[in-house]
Amino acid sequence: MRLTGMQKALWAAAGIAVLAYATLLRDAGPSPGFVAGAPFHPTFSLPDETGRLLSPSDFGGKHLLVFFGFTNCPDVCPTTLAEVAQVMDDLGPDAGKVQPLFISIDPERDRRLGLADFTAAFHPAIIGLAGDAAQTRAAADSFRIHFARENDATAPDGYTISHSPALYLIGPEGDWLRQFTYGTPASEILADLRSRL
Amino acid sequence: MKTLAFSAILSLTASAAFACETVTLGDLIIQNAWSRATIGAGRPGVLYLEITNKGSTDDALVGIATPAAGMPMLHETVVSNGVASMPHAMAVPVPAGQTVALAPGGYHGMLMDLTAALKEGETFPVTLMFQTAGEVTVTVDVLSMRAEGPDCADAGQ
Repeated sequence: MRLTGMQKALWAAAGIAVLAYATLLRDAGPSPGFVAGAPFHPTFSLPDETGRLLSPSDFGGKHLLVFFGFTNCPDVCPTTLAEVAQVMDDLGPDAGKVQPLFISIDPERDRRLGLADFTAAFHPAIIGLAGDAAQTRAAADSFRIHFARENDATAPDGYTISHSPALYLIGPEGDWLRQFTYGTPASEILADLRSRL
Repeated sequence: MKTLAFSAILSLTASAAFACETVTLGDLIIQNAWSRATIGAGRPGVLYLEITNKGSTDDALVGIATPAAGMPMLHETVVSNGVASMPHAMAVPVPAGQTVALAPGGYHGMLMDLTAALKEGETFPVTLMFQTAGEVTVTVDVLSMRAEGPDCADAGQ
């Protein structure tokens, strides 16, 4: 088969476009928002403080605002939960359509310290979930987020936890909608939610 | 009488909430020191403040001490490749002519082994140790768990 000059140029352009797209996907890294193709339905099955096992389908078609954190985290986690609390207050009558969830990545210690008291101090609507190690890892893997226990002799109990600090928005059908990177102002999260509710 | 007692309590609370002390140590000005209330003493507290270096010599915050916590340390939240970690900071640089903030998402004091719960409206002292300027004690305002910044009339000025 002989290609004309124009055909060669078009094939070359198509090749460059494919490469560029591949680079874009690769550079997007672990962020779930850039998964090409099929819809993404991250899931979890985790108990709340009363031991009730909950998964995304238990929230009656609400939007889920999901944060992975731990209560011994003094800086990032309170800052994000404070923003979530502000968003819930500002949603007013629409607040009932959004369920904020705090998934503990330090479940054993958080259960001991009291997860519900902690989340309630920020906002009564926030539900804290703390499973066992396998349930927690399964939830994180499903959301494609990172967390790792890091030994640190100077930290409380000798360890701290590095983790993905973003907020994840899950739609009423359990479909992944987007993430809000750490530090996204409450007003921006609010505006995004309002546009969907 | 009841009203009088109530307004007396209110004014005490108000003055505590707006203490927002500014402290000077040589060329350094320290202000907007605040912390968040804690539930009990089982989890670490936090310390945020601003340091302005008006001089022409670089300095650094190298340590903190407080009766409020058995093990206060300087930390820095680092978000890298979408993962937040919190390494121990050996020192917080305070370059000449600049203002450095210990603020949410960056440098902060981590107050481990709290002596008692930090209660909203209360204050506690923290001694800051600088490489060159020496030591100074500032008063820290304990704000709500939901606070995201200092609660001072002159905050940010």
